Amino acid sequence: MNSLKIRFWRSMITGAGIFLGIAFLCFSGSPILISLFQHTLVPGPDLNRQLWLVVMALLVCTVGIMNSMLMSVSERFREIGTMKCLGALNSLIVRLFLIEALFMGFVSSFGGWVLGFFAVFVVRWITLGWAGGVTSLTPGIIAGSLLLSVLIGGALTLIAALLPAQRAAQMPPAAALRTEV
Amino acid sequence: MSATEYIVRTKDVVKVFTLGEEKLRALDGVNVDIRRGEYISIMGPSGSGKSTLFNAIGGLDKPDSGSVFINDVDMAQLDAGELAYLRCHTIGYIFQTFNLITVMTALENVTLPTIFAGTPTDDGIARGMELLDIVGLGHRYHHKPSQLSGGQQQRVAIARSLANNPSIILADEPTGNLDSKTGEEIIALLRRLNKEQGVTIITATHDYKMVDVSDRVIWIRDGKVEKIENRADIQLSIGGMAGEAEHLAGGETG
Ligand SMILES: Nc1ncnc2c1ncn2[C@@H]1O[C@H](COP(=O)(O)OP(=O)(O)OP(=O)(O)O)[C@@H](O)[C@H]1O
Ligand SMILES: [Mg+2]
Repeated sequence: MNSLKIRFWRSMITGAGIFLGIAFLCFSGSPILISLFQHTLVPGPDLNRQLWLVVMALLVCTVGIMNSMLMSVSERFREIGTMKCLGALNSLIVRLFLIEALFMGFVSSFGGWVLGFFAVFVVRWITLGWAGGVTSLTPGIIAGSLLLSVLIGGALTLIAALLPAQRAAQMPPAAALRTEV
Repeated sequence: MSATEYIVRTKDVVKVFTLGEEKLRALDGVNVDIRRGEYISIMGPSGSGKSTLFNAIGGLDKPDSGSVFINDVDMAQLDAGELAYLRCHTIGYIFQTFNLITVMTALENVTLPTIFAGTPTDDGIARGMELLDIVGLGHRYHHKPSQLSGGQQQRVAIARSLANNPSIILADEPTGNLDSKTGEEIIALLRRLNKEQGVTIITATHDYKMVDVSDRVIWIRDGKVEKIENRADIQLSIGGMAGEAEHLAGGETG
């Protein structure tokens, strides 16, 4: 019971890393996305500033996700070692972890998108008013940002899980079992 | 000599750990031959290399030189997939720390190896229930490891090790984390499985209670086999160890 709770909280924390990263990315990327949809994207210092913000957000996102996935896979080395002792193929173990990561990535990214987009919504309502700010958020923009958020979040999580999972699966089981949590 | 008389053979197995500058020969030329259906205890002081030998025999770690043969197949010749097959079908592992998957129920834990073996789910579950009944935990099948006592967890681990009908069970200090009465129950259970199902059992242990049920005891010291004793001789030496003074005073015993 206790360990399940621990696992639950750990995955919540891992998820929160992805969640916040994507929320930040979604929020800072929205001006560019909106201009893109309104065909009002013009080069200039404004765009440069926005691009910088997106790059920064992407970086924060990548590092955050990498870190949380690395942690969450590493603390399960013992489990990986046990599964190898029970006869699991390396490829199966990697696949299990990737499916889990993908699920985690999608769910957290979706949550992140909800928060990020809600922030965009509120900020635009306050600064540009209902008519100018909110009604211009077309279904296309909403769908586009959702798709981008979930894809980027899913892909980053997958890559971040792949590296440690593969390394762990290729370790001799004795080494994997020896690692302390 | 029949080709299948020895289920496990090790030939000059050496394992060296490098700790900074120092080289530590955890196994230093170990030769043991274990017959099908035997109950073997590997005994020795802490740090003598029991767990290292356990890992080498179980294919959990590669020796630096020498060979381990399981059913006359050299493990070093196997690729990762064949090793996984061997771990899945031929060897069952039991650990001092149980190593159950904490988020799975007892039944799921026992069923897991059958999934790796590709057994259909229904058959796997039936097998899992049968095994839990054998170890006397049929009624606790839906409990998580954290809801079970240490002895019960170890019994689940024993059931799990039997899931794919292995011919060898390797146990590294299976009673190490248990009180002495629970330990006795576990030993009796292993002995019963050995007798009834003909499983070869190899345990590394500190536990002298193990000696009573073993066919042979392999004594290890500093990475070398010190001596291998049959049960008949063991009673003597244990008697000597348990009551050294008595032994000295009484002179010849047995
Ligand atoms: N991964 C490792 N790295 C370095 N040294 C190791 C490693 N594993 C074992 N050793 C060393 O090898 C020796 C044998 O260790 P091993 O674990 O096999 O002993 P053991 O007989 O199982 O002891 P115990 O009864 O305490 O479990 C010890 O001196 C230990 O310090
Ligand atoms: Mg040990």
